[in-house]
Amino acid sequence: MVNLMLNAALVFAGAGLVLATWRMLKGPDAPNRAVALDVLTLIAMPLMIGAAVYSGREIYLDVALVYAVLAFLGVVALARYYDRGI
Amino acid sequence: MPDTQGILAHIGAFLTLAGSAFLFLGALGIFRMPDLYNRMQAGTKTTTLGNILTLGGLGLLMPGWLPKILLIIVFVMITNPISSHALARAAHRSGIRLTEGSVIDALAEDEAAAGIEAGSNRDLDPNDLAARQAEVTE
Repeated sequence: MVNLMLNAALVFAGAGLVLATWRMLKGPDAPNRAVALDVLTLIAMPLMIGAAVYSGREIYLDVALVYAVLAFLGVVALARYYDRGI
Repeated sequence: MPDTQGILAHIGAFLTLAGSAFLFLGALGIFRMPDLYNRMQAGTKTTTLGNILTLGGLGLLMPGWLPKILLIIVFVMITNPISSHALARAAHRSGIRLTEGSVIDALAEDEAAAGIEAGSNRDLDPNDLAARQAEVTE
């Protein structure tokens, strides 16, 4: 039962990745792609934690945390660039 | 794989499933909504809740990891609204328009009242903005 629910969760997250990737490729302009990238990182981070739980290695949690920090900094930098340039 | 027996594992797996359903709904909003601001609304709110539920559920599956997972949850709760707000303001100032049939655009009204051209990417000093609004109302 637990494995079934976890597999269903994996399917949901994978479908979400596909939809957000479609939006990032389609555009139509740069801020839309940035929003899609934001959502993509926020879907990928729980998948990283899932990989940590699946493999039983706690070090992957640190990978997910650093990924979250870098994604936040990247989106803020993009927003500042769209706002008034570098 | 973690322990798959016991009530705690079942609760955790259910929370994980509910959270990833929210993640999927956020991506569906990104896919379907008509303009940038609607997409941002759908995408960031649901993914914040989905992250909280998913990470909490996985933390219940692995109770020894709960402190670090709680740290990640708190980080996401703090940073996700900040980044989406910065992105929305930057997009509005760089001239991205609202979709057809939008009723109100309060930021554009404020900027027009302060005499700032829409989409001009002009730096808004809060004191300056208040002074110009006072001039307009007089």
